[in-house]
Amino acid sequence: MQLLTSSVGRKVLMAITGQLMVLFVIIHMLGNSSIFIPGGINAYAEHLHALPPLVWGFRLVMLVAVAIHILFGVQLSLENRAANAETYAVKNLKRATLGSQSMLYTGLLLLAFIGYHLLQFTIRVTPDIVAGVDAQGRFDVFAMVTNSFSHGIIAFVYIAAMVVLFLHLSHGIQSFFQTMGWNNNKTLPVIGKIGTVAAVVLLLGYASIPLFIVSGILKG
Amino acid sequence: MSHDKTMTLTLHVWRQKGPKEPGKFETYEAKEVSPDQSFLEMLDEVNEDLIKAGKDPIAFDHDCREGICGMCSQVINGAPHGGMERTTVCQLHMRMFKDGDTIYIEPWRARAFPIVKDLVVDRGALDKIIQAGGYTSAHTGGVADGNAILVPKEVADYAMDAAECIGCGACVAGCPNGSAMLFTSAKVSQLAVLPQGEAEAARRVCAMTEELKAQGFGNCTNHYECQASCPKGIDVKFIAKLNREYLKALCK
Amino acid sequence: MILDGKCPTGPIEKTWDKHRFDMKLVNPANKRKYKILVVGTGLAGGAAAASLGELGYNVEAFCYQDSPRRAHSIAAQGGINAAKNYPNDGDSIYRLFYDTIKGGDFRAREADVWRLAQVSNNIIDQCVAQGVPFARDYAGYLDNRSFGGAQVSRTFYARGQTGQQLLLGAYSALARQIKAGTVKMFPRTEMLDLVVVDGEAKGITVRDMVTGEIRTHVGDAVVLCTGGYVNVFYLSTNAMGCSVTAAWKAHRKGAFFANPCYTQIHPTCIPQHGDKQSKLTLMSESLRNDGRCWVPKNKGDKRAPGEVPEEERDYYLERKYPSFGNLAPRDIASRAAKEQCDDDRGVGPGGRGVYLDFAASIKRLGEDTIRERYGNLFEMYEKITDENAYKVPMRIYPAPHYSMGGLWVDYNCESNVPGLFVLGEANFSVHGANRLGASALMQGLADGYFVIPYTIANYLAKTAPGKVKADNPECKKSVEDVNNNLKKLMSINGKKTVSEFHRELGKIMWENVGMARSEQSCKEALKKIPEIREEFWKNVKVAGSGAEFNQQLENANRVADFLEFAELLTRDALYRNESCGGHFRVEHQMPDGEAKRDDEKFCHAAAWEFKGVNAEPELHIEPLKFENVHLAIRSYK
Ligand SMILES: Cc1cc2nc3c(=O)[nH]c(=O)nc-3n(C[C@H](O)[C@H](O)[C@H](O)COP(=O)(O)OP(=O)(O)OC[C@H]3O[C@@H](n4cnc5c(N)ncnc54)[C@H](O)[C@@H]3O)c2cc1C
Ligand code: HEM
Ligand code: HEM
Ligand code: SF4
Ligand code: F3S
Ligand code: FES
Repeated sequence: MQLLTSSVGRKVLMAITGQLMVLFVIIHMLGNSSIFIPGGINAYAEHLHALPPLVWGFRLVMLVAVAIHILFGVQLSLENRAANAETYAVKNLKRATLGSQSMLYTGLLLLAFIGYHLLQFTIRVTPDIVAGVDAQGRFDVFAMVTNSFSHGIIAFVYIAAMVVLFLHLSHGIQSFFQTMGWNNNKTLPVIGKIGTVAAVVLLLGYASIPLFIVSGILKG
Repeated sequence: MSHDKTMTLTLHVWRQKGPKEPGKFETYEAKEVSPDQSFLEMLDEVNEDLIKAGKDPIAFDHDCREGICGMCSQVINGAPHGGMERTTVCQLHMRMFKDGDTIYIEPWRARAFPIVKDLVVDRGALDKIIQAGGYTSAHTGGVADGNAILVPKEVADYAMDAAECIGCGACVAGCPNGSAMLFTSAKVSQLAVLPQGEAEAARRVCAMTEELKAQGFGNCTNHYECQASCPKGIDVKFIAKLNREYLKALCK
Repeated sequence: MILDGKCPTGPIEKTWDKHRFDMKLVNPANKRKYKILVVGTGLAGGAAAASLGELGYNVEAFCYQDSPRRAHSIAAQGGINAAKNYPNDGDSIYRLFYDTIKGGDFRAREADVWRLAQVSNNIIDQCVAQGVPFARDYAGYLDNRSFGGAQVSRTFYARGQTGQQLLLGAYSALARQIKAGTVKMFPRTEMLDLVVVDGEAKGITVRDMVTGEIRTHVGDAVVLCTGGYVNVFYLSTNAMGCSVTAAWKAHRKGAFFANPCYTQIHPTCIPQHGDKQSKLTLMSESLRNDGRCWVPKNKGDKRAPGEVPEEERDYYLERKYPSFGNLAPRDIASRAAKEQCDDDRGVGPGGRGVYLDFAASIKRLGEDTIRERYGNLFEMYEKITDENAYKVPMRIYPAPHYSMGGLWVDYNCESNVPGLFVLGEANFSVHGANRLGASALMQGLADGYFVIPYTIANYLAKTAPGKVKADNPECKKSVEDVNNNLKKLMSINGKKTVSEFHRELGKIMWENVGMARSEQSCKEALKKIPEIREEFWKNVKVAGSGAEFNQQLENANRVADFLEFAELLTRDALYRNESCGGHFRVEHQMPDGEAKRDDEKFCHAAAWEFKGVNAEPELHIEPLKFENVHLAIRSYK
């Protein structure tokens, strides 16, 4: 119970769910990178969907995680805002970062993005979607993605979303270790760097896809 | 060294009659400020002028004026204690300012610290956190010899690093969330590593963090602004330690 | 009147144990019926309130700061003594007792000092159990250092923040009792009067410093732990809020003030930099372990320290006191510095400073070692003076630091007003005419943890609980008096600020009754003090109203008390026609400038009774007997 009500308990839940999502994002990025291998992404998608119970089990876990993360994220943020209602006439922050200060906003933007993203590539109801099959009769993820990202505006939305993700994770990844208590004054700067590097890698990994497509380097 | 040159400064000071009254900035001129004066001595002079002019002097907390009692509490240009590393405002000297500078002086701002008057706030909430468990339950008399339980130097040093906290509340003032996590974690960590405090560690960390919330402090989201504001340089590693202790306590 | 210290008789090493057995007890079930008012939450008050609360008494505790943790005990840097003899260098209870008596220049009561030495060991144990992170060695044993005036290593310390750590220990014990409901804490509440009913102390009148409310708290006994009074000199190492007010109000209500002229001037403070300064900062005495004091041999030498060649420097402490050298006791080191400056060989602005030079030690041990030992002090010095003491010698000068005098108490820490107990720096008991380093912390905690819990029972057992109610006429009168006094202060609306008066008073005190006193200087002060006081009551300006947070009013009230107290201090200095410890009358010195006691005439405590503001106080004497340490000339050569 304390886990759900106390200050530190809720933070820990945030951290764990956030970290689960980080794991997902890492795997998802690796999976998506198969788009650079001819036929790769279609094969990858096919493998993924081969085991429906696993897919649904996984989706359920993620859903719960996202729900918890959002619930406590919003709750804690509101509490924090109330605890420090008035701000100073002159701002003078030394160690807080853009990322750390905008967690709620970047988080909510990510939520919006994920909603859009699911409608698009998972439920496939957005107008840009071309649903077809490839030469081997698999669902043609490659064509779908390249087609969508060839629209400049969609590519731009994705790249922007990846920047938002970067901001969220530039603080979130290292923050996770601090929240879990796996930190001391020696590890803190190291983990901080690792967190930033990981966030940059994710940014580059993800953003490269719409970038390569919209710039015509990767053609459908 | 003594400088012959004096400075003139423009001060924007937060004036507020009481907790419920509206506050606003008033502008004052500090003249003939010597670089060797401390910040509070500069304010003393401003106050002397105000008194002579029949006006209400600026109320601010202070006592020891040597950086140890934790009474002084002013946010100067957005930085608690003025932002000089490991320095309280009473130890801040005017030589860090230049002639003609404009300075904004505000009280600690946090919901848990209601304003009493002008720059004076009520920090009783910090005492409440200690009362919730920031002690060992040693009875007066009837304790073991000081050397009966050995405490290796590294452990004693770690405890002392945490124990240096002067309870000023700058960490709260600096924290974008108005969280007293650094303050709380320092006491939790000090007592958790010492064998004398270990027995109650689990109860202590739960009770103290619970009180932190009850007193209206925010939650820590690891901005690390607190360490940058802390005049004793208390390390945020103690917050990690508190989190660790908390998780350990949950497992019990 | 001859005062009785109520010391137990018999062999000294048995006195405390015997006395504890002889004293009455309060039945556990009855304890909560007694209310005890503890004023002050420093080491003495914090420890007392916590221990009394734990015993089951109903305690109310008061302090003027916003939290009990901020009492000025927090500022003590150096350490705390105890006769543990952990280093096996020959320490013992007897030796600590002996050193303290001798250090106090034979002006303290033997039995009290013995008890202090005896319980010193319990203090360390108690603090360790509270989680005070004393310095330890690699194996985990408690570490010790040596301090001025002793030849054994008996000082326990926590970096340069021993007072802070001890106070936080007491504060945490207090917090535990507040949580348990046995102690009710009143921060930002200043005691402005003592309520005496039928000759016994039964309450205090306080001002709520936030709302301005004046009210009386009644109880069955009052314990004053309100610290020292050296702010009478205006500039001192004490906190801005330290005052004589609580003690003075008690004095006005009949409590005797003993030896007010015993004040300690600390040799190693940072010199004054200008007239706008508000306080002086102490640098730990431990610096004298590695620093060498010197001044230029030539008068008025204005060269930078580096340009003064070795042969033109006078290492005056080493020259005059070859065996103790730079570690000579405080009063001696302070006076020696003043002599040099009076002789126009002082350095720095105004010539009020001497060098404390680390060059030789840095050369011998390396800068890193020095940094490790005193890094934080060097840092602090640089913050204040903007000078790097690794490169240029520090400048130091003596400053008022501690008051050995205080309210007179007997062996039970009880004043001559029954039911009024006084602990810590506020009482006069154990340090005689001079306090040794690291002994004040020891005394505060000894009184609070280990003396008052026993001795107060002896009083309470003889009195019925709740004898006096809040509606007692004495309470009403006290509230009225306080109100009138504050109203008067605010109605004057003159031209001078409170600090101007305080500065003026401080200057007179420092120049006439400071480090050295003479009949003439005392008489001069006695003429001037009433003049300032008179002007104060005609021309002081206090802004704002009484019914709000008003720091001007707080200060005005404190300074008003200093203006009365200063006269008593001076009178005592004039009366004590001898030199002893911190009290140095220039007429009484050895050919080499050492203090010359007059044991024939002054081997006693002088306790003064208040007779009115402009009336002469009445002197009472408590003769001091030395049966275990023989009166001897204190020598540190
Ligand atoms: C800079 C410095 C360094 C020192 N270093 C050492 C050292 O190394 N070793 C050593 O042994 N000693 C040292 N001393 C001396 C020692 O610290 C003090 O003598 C001792 O701590 C006094 O403790 P106390 O409890 O009597 O008083 P304090 O700690 O001064 O407490 C006084 C209490 O009384 C309260 N109070 C006062 N007046 C009123 C009032 N009118 N109404 C309500 N409350 C009131 C205050 O709020 C406070 O809580 C040092 C002193 C100073 C100033
Ligand atoms: C879906 C909407 C989201 C919202 C509303 C949201 C909101 C928040 C908020 C308010 C915080 C707290 C700030 C802090 O503790 O520092 C946070 C932390 C975090 N978030 Fe999110 N977030 C969302 C999505 C995500 C996603 C998609 C990821 C990962 C890919 C993620 C990873 C993290 C991590 C790792 C933390 C750090 C936890 C910690 O401090 O220990 N979040 N989030
Ligand atoms: C360039 C970036 C991205 C591309 C090209 C991409 C592509 C895809 C594709 C093609 C699918 C559908 C897979 C399938 O159903 O076969 C998918 C699903 C999904 N993506 Fe992305 N994605 C990107 C970024 C992201 C990001 C940043 C997130 C999270 C923050 C995310 C979260 C998800 C989720 C939650 C699913 C649904 C998984 C499921 O079916 O359970 N994606 N993505
Ligand atoms: S942690 Fe630092 S900033 Fe916070 S109360 Fe303690 S000393 Fe002040
Ligand atoms: S600034 Fe605040 S958010 Fe946490 S790390 Fe410090 S308490
Ligand atoms: S006044 Fe004591 S720390 Fe500043």
